[in-house]
This record gives sequence, structure tokens and C-alpha cells, in this order.
Amino acid sequence: MKTETTPGYAVEQATQVEGWNRPPVVHPDGEGELLEVSMGPHHPSTHGVFRMDVALDGERVVKLKPVFGYLHRNHEQIAESASYLAMMPYTDRLDYFCSLSNNWAYALAVEKLVGQAVPERAEYIRVILAEFTRVQNHASAIGFLIQEMGASGTPLMYAFREREKILDLFESLTGSRMMCNYMRFGGCRVDVTAAWLEAARKVAAGLPQFVDEFEALLTGNEILMARCQGVGVLKPELAVNAGITGPMLRASGVNYDIRKVDHYGIYDRFKFRVPLGDHGDIYDRYMVRVLEMRESIGILNQALKEIPAGPVMDPKAKIRGFKPKPGEVYGRIEAPKGELGFYLISTGGAEPYRYRVRPPSLINLTVLEDLCLGQNVADVILIFGSVDIVLGEVDR
Amino acid sequence: MENELKIELGKQGVFVTTIEELYNWGRKSSVWPMQFGLACCAIEMIATTMARYDMARFGAEVFRPSPRQADLMIISGTVTKKMAPQVVRLYNQMAEPKYVIAMGACAISGGPFKQGYNVLKGIDRYIPVDVHIPGCPPRPEALLQAFMTLQKKIEAQSLTGEDRPRHLNAEASGEFPVPEQGEHDLEPPVNRLVWPLPAQVK
Ligand code: SF4
Repeated sequence: MKTETTPGYAVEQATQVEGWNRPPVVHPDGEGELLEVSMGPHHPSTHGVFRMDVALDGERVVKLKPVFGYLHRNHEQIAESASYLAMMPYTDRLDYFCSLSNNWAYALAVEKLVGQAVPERAEYIRVILAEFTRVQNHASAIGFLIQEMGASGTPLMYAFREREKILDLFESLTGSRMMCNYMRFGGCRVDVTAAWLEAARKVAAGLPQFVDEFEALLTGNEILMARCQGVGVLKPELAVNAGITGPMLRASGVNYDIRKVDHYGIYDRFKFRVPLGDHGDIYDRYMVRVLEMRESIGILNQALKEIPAGPVMDPKAKIRGFKPKPGEVYGRIEAPKGELGFYLISTGGAEPYRYRVRPPSLINLTVLEDLCLGQNVADVILIFGSVDIVLGEVDR
Repeated sequence: MENELKIELGKQGVFVTTIEELYNWGRKSSVWPMQFGLACCAIEMIATTMARYDMARFGAEVFRPSPRQADLMIISGTVTKKMAPQVVRLYNQMAEPKYVIAMGACAISGGPFKQGYNVLKGIDRYIPVDVHIPGCPPRPEALLQAFMTLQKKIEAQSLTGEDRPRHLNAEASGEFPVPEQGEHDLEPPVNRLVWPLPAQVK
């Protein structure tokens, strides 16, 4: 058995397995041995099957090697033998918290490839759904982060209570709570009803109170501040060089939001600010997420007020026998976790020649070692949680 | 004892039971699942434990991160070939009596990713599964229903005889061989003890 596939859940068990008898890691200062711990793929944190090989000097981390691939589901390979539309439900399962943003990113890329226009009303629906997705994603991400800190349950329960309300909206519109499969090339699958919009307005009106409550519970909390401030600091230079995007990048103080940069969809029409962090530590990442929720609620209110009447699907959009002309395209959106992009190469066939996902989770994770070096081992899970990843998107 | 007689006695303030009933009642009312999420279905599993669906009503809200303290493994998501040995190993580490719920299309058969070269086509190739829940992902209500099905199963287990549970049978082993990464596939590709060949019908 090779080292890569050895689980090494317990240290004494791991040493029995052949291939693990490699020389012990030597301390950089030349004194004593380091303790090697294999965290994962089954570990108490709630971020899925991810493994970290950590070398410890006492409590401090001196080396960290991430091991990927425990959830590699051949997403991109399946795409090469499936039609363009058949990949839409698979995109739901990339980042399974935010199926609707994934749908949007993929639809955007294909629309760009074939030069497809999207009706006005569909654009509004997309914005509404994407912002609802962002709110529930950030709320759950914070809940999981605090859960990893040891506050077992409470913040996560608050987050999921709100998430359920949003999922109810998704379900009544798309038929599924999590795997919505709602967007199509050139619009959306079904129209929203007046009753749905009314319900959405009601949920959106209740969100500020939820964020207030959440903040009252957490923002000034002494334990949260003690564990988060100054831990896992990400310098803006490193963040930019490593290609970090999303709330993680903005927490380091870099003003980069694809909604503002690319002006995709109709985001130009809405007034919203981009929250930025100062220190790039876990606390800033938490704060940026909270503030982004507030901005999202602002966008939601504007979009729900202004949504026009009209068709939700371009009548000229081709659905059967969909064969784009040869070409390459990269379409991207600001997903809740960062820049989500789809790179497609078409050779004129019914399936893409190459289909590549640029997943924010994977690329945000590349700096994990830099963030963890010199920190305590207990903070590793916390830093890992603050990156906000979903393994479906990391390993694909 | 007949049910009516029991009820009648209960009215008189006499409580009659059998060891088997009492024992199974205790086992079924505090099944602790393992905190073990694999993919998308795990999120629905978490949602099931939250306030709205509240798995605590069934005595199962205590999710233990350690397999040693858990009675139930909920396989919630896609099992890849890289992960399968770990899943079997975790199952082996659990103490008897132990049960398995396969949640979602992926855990049952590979689901939407079945064509993938790295996806295991159903976890029941390696370990015995007690309850299967179809769905992608199954709704939280479906998980609750599966849980109640499991409770019924535990309740109906007799403590003696041929089909007594494994932990009361000194001969039955609760350990299953852990597959290894072979050259092309997992070795062995299936465990024939839990996944026998279908009977030939001539
Ligand atoms: S059954 Fe569906 S929801 Fe569940 S893990 Fe598989 S793909 Fe994800």
C-alpha cells in the first residue's frame, strides 16, 4: 500500500502499514523529532473528506501537506461524454451549498460561447437566487466555523434555521431543496409566481433581524475574538499571488469583487458596497462574511422591488440539438466562495471537447500551509474552516 | 404474552416485559450515529439534526466523531475508490452492535457519478447495509424514516437463535476485509460475503 492511500487515522496503526516506515521528519533546528499527525480524511470538522499531514513540534505546526482526492468524482471527465445541458445537474453537485450560483456560472459560460441573450426577468431571478444562495452559504459557513471552535450547535442551529427558510423558497420554485438544476442557456426553467415573490420578500425582510441576532451572539464574543484575532493571517501580496478570491481575498484588504469588475448579469443596476478586511485573520474573514450578508440583503430588496414582467426564457434559445460552433470560452461569476469559472472548448459537437472548472475552494486552499505554519495544532481546523471550502468542489 | 393481557395488567399498575423487549428498547432508543460526512448528502444529514427536523426526538442527536463511540454509520455521499478503504476501516473500528444506513443514490449505487472511474458502485459491496435511502439527496424526512425503519429492525431482533445479532454470536465476526488499492481497481473489487453473486435461474 502506498503512502498516499494509507489512512493513518491512528498513529500507531499507521506505522504498521508498509511504506510508512520512512525516516522521521527531522526538526529544522536539529533537535529531536517531530510528531507527524495525519488529520483526516475522517475528522471531527464538518468540511468533508480532506486529509492534512501535519508535522508538529510540540503544539506548533512546522509542516502541513494537504492530501486531496478523497471525493474525486470525475466531474470533468463525465462532461466530455455528456451533452451541454446534461452537465447542468452535475454543476449542482460541485459546491453543494450553492447549486444556483454554480448553475449560473455554467449557463453564463455556455451563453458566452453561443452568444445567447438572456431576458430581463430571468436576469433578475438569477440575481435574486444567487444572493439568497450567498446569504445561506455565508450563514452556514460561519456556523460551521464556530462549531469547529467548540460551540457545538448553537450558531449552526441559528444559521440552519434561516437556511431552511431560504431552501423552502428554492424548493417551491425549483422542486428541490439543494440540487436545484434551475437555469438554462438563455434563461430559467420556470417563471416565478407573484406568490413566490411575495414569499421571497417576506424572507428577505426577515433576514436583517437574523443577521443582527447572529452578530449579537458572535461579533463581540470574547472567546471568538481570542481564538480568531491574529490567527491565520493572510498577507494581501500572498493572496493576490496565489490567486485567492472571494471573501478570503477581501478579508485581506484587496478590493476585488467580480460583480463589480466584470459587470456580469445586471449587477450594475444595484447599489452595494464591497466589504474589506484589514488584517486578513480569521476574524476579518468572519466579519467580511457578515457584512456581505448585509449587502446581499440590500441587493435582494432592490431586485425584488424592481423585477419586471416578461418572459424568463429567450424564445429563440435552442434547446434540442444544441451544438455550439467551435470556440473557447471562459465564463466566471462571483460565487459565495470566490471566483467560480467554467472553461469550455467546443469543437462543434454536442458535447464539450474540454470542460474545466475553476473552483474557488481548491484555489483558496492552496495557501493553507502558509496560514498554518507556526500556529497551534488546534487552530489548524479553525483556519481550515475559515477558508470555507466544500469538498465537492475541491476534488470534483 | 398477549398484548391485551399486558394492557390489562398495565391498567392494574403491573408492568410486564421480557428481557428481550427491554434490551432492544434500550438499544433502539439511543442509537448514536457517527459524525461522518462524505459529500452532498451529509448536508442533508446535518439539516436533519438541526432544529427543524430534530433527530433528537429519536434519541440520536449525539453525533460522535470517534467510531469507537458510535453505533450507527450513515454513509452520506459518494464513496470514491480512494475513500472506500477508510470507510471499511472506520466500520471495523466501531464497536458492536453496529448498523449502517446508506444515504443517497451515491452510497447505494454510485448515483449520478456511476460512470466515473473513481467512484465505488455502492458501499454494500464491502460492508453490510441495514437500510438504503434513495434520493439525490434524500430529504431529511427520508433520513428520519430510514432511522425509524432501523429502530423497527433493532426492536425485532431476537436475542437467541440463528439470526441473533452479531454481537451476541461468538462466531460471527464484525470485521470486514479492508480493500486495498490495486493496479487498476480496489482489491478485492467486492466482498463476496456481503455481496453474493445473484442466484442462477436455469
Ligand atoms: S446521492 Fe446525490 S446528493 Fe447524495 S452524495 Fe450523491 S450526488 Fe450528492
